[in-house]
Amino acid sequence: MSAAVSATAKPAIAHGLRLQWEPAQEAHVLLYPEGMVKLNGSAAAILSRCDGIRTLTDIVADLERSYGVAGLSDEVAAFITLAVAKCWLEIRS
Amino acid sequence: MNARIEAPSSAARPGPPLWLLLELTYRCPLHCVFCYNPTDFANTGQELGTDDWIRVLREARSLGAVQLGLSGGEPLAREDLEPIVAQAHTLGFYINLITSGIGMTEARIKALKYAGLDHIQLSFQDSTRELNDFLSSTRTFELKSQVAALIRKYDYPMVLNVVLHRLNIDHVGEILEMAERIGAQYVELANTQYYGWAWLNRDRLLPSREQLRRAEQTLQRFRARVGEKIKVFFVVPDYFETRPKACMNGLGSVFLTITPDGTALPCHAARMLPGLTFPNVREASVQAIWYDSQGFNHFRGDGWMKEPCRSCPEKTRDFGGCRCQAYLLTGDAANADPVCDLSPHHHLVTEAVERAAHSGAGSARKPNEKVLLFRDHRSSIPVTTLQPD
Repeated sequence: MSAAVSATAKPAIAHGLRLQWEPAQEAHVLLYPEGMVKLNGSAAAILSRCDGIRTLTDIVADLERSYGVAGLSDEVAAFITLAVAKCWLEIRS
Repeated sequence: MNARIEAPSSAARPGPPLWLLLELTYRCPLHCVFCYNPTDFANTGQELGTDDWIRVLREARSLGAVQLGLSGGEPLAREDLEPIVAQAHTLGFYINLITSGIGMTEARIKALKYAGLDHIQLSFQDSTRELNDFLSSTRTFELKSQVAALIRKYDYPMVLNVVLHRLNIDHVGEILEMAERIGAQYVELANTQYYGWAWLNRDRLLPSREQLRRAEQTLQRFRARVGEKIKVFFVVPDYFETRPKACMNGLGSVFLTITPDGTALPCHAARMLPGLTFPNVREASVQAIWYDSQGFNHFRGDGWMKEPCRSCPEKTRDFGGCRCQAYLLTGDAANADPVCDLSPHHHLVTEAVERAAHSGAGSARKPNEKVLLFRDHRSSIPVTTLQPD
């Protein structure tokens, strides 16, 4: 298993991959060589904030503000860790 | 093609053709013995023009197509590849160029980057110059190595594709080392699927069980060492399996191929299937082709299935396997894929494996040119009636 992502890490969509909204699938998809992942709402909300500029802390704060909920930190960190392990995201410093 | 996309389970209303493959031309400078192109490719009609390809892109994209493969033949043989890529990019496709590298120059790779090409799948036939050049019946190894360097220089994600068979499967370790050396992020080790030219050469290309076992062990060691840095897709040779592949996720479920002359197919090999009529994009819209044509509707759902598939609980997982393989081996495309050991024809597969093990014994490192049929224009017409012996 990969190490947990730190609070100051700046995740970004991995080089060569693309996140986009697909009207025909009514979903965001992540496109990569030889495949495609159809994302659910929360995965899309997290990944679309991974721009290589915002830190994990910024992303959590933005999500909590946008959705009017608190305590998302663990859930978001766990998903980002998974996405890094799957090479969907890379960490910029 | 080994696309990893989830298939819609319901056949009542087909989903969109998410994956579009444009075979821009059958022209190709290589003459590979395992090519899946139809053996009668020389009889194909005139290639579509730029405007037709762009109309196909627009229509398919509006239906929901998003993954785009540009293939052939050798797509670089088309001088209008750059404007086609530019249009596809504007439409929002994720674009993969599937190439042998022959015809790639620095000027073109730069222009393609500017046009919006997303990644490049480069094929090698082997890790050695000798066998690469033998299998493609050309001298291309050095050239491909230079193209790999260009792909890196222009920062494209690189997929290295090597079709595996008896003559090169013992080199899997060297092939993986080559992938690492040239900077590939993805490696597709695609065991030969027996259609087209590969079908004619089947007995000389099927590996032995022992070769396969060694290759899998080598792959496991590589994965353990390299981890996620290089993703290796190993396409299993289905003749050694007991359940069929979920070919194309079921015909007419996610894949749409357009051949050089504009014929629309639910799979790049499907033109061989008798009784199906495949429309041409010169005469029908992509929407009408995908949703309304007989050729695309016939094998959707499970109404066409015979036993043992019809009552099989696994039919929603493998869709009865490959229609082309069922047709080639049993003469009836509606039969179960004989790879399945529940098929009454499964012995045809095990016998082929057995026969291949005794054909050209010891030829693994000494390919014999006389018994292999190379894909070329001259032999394309005469071979159309040949069958593997």
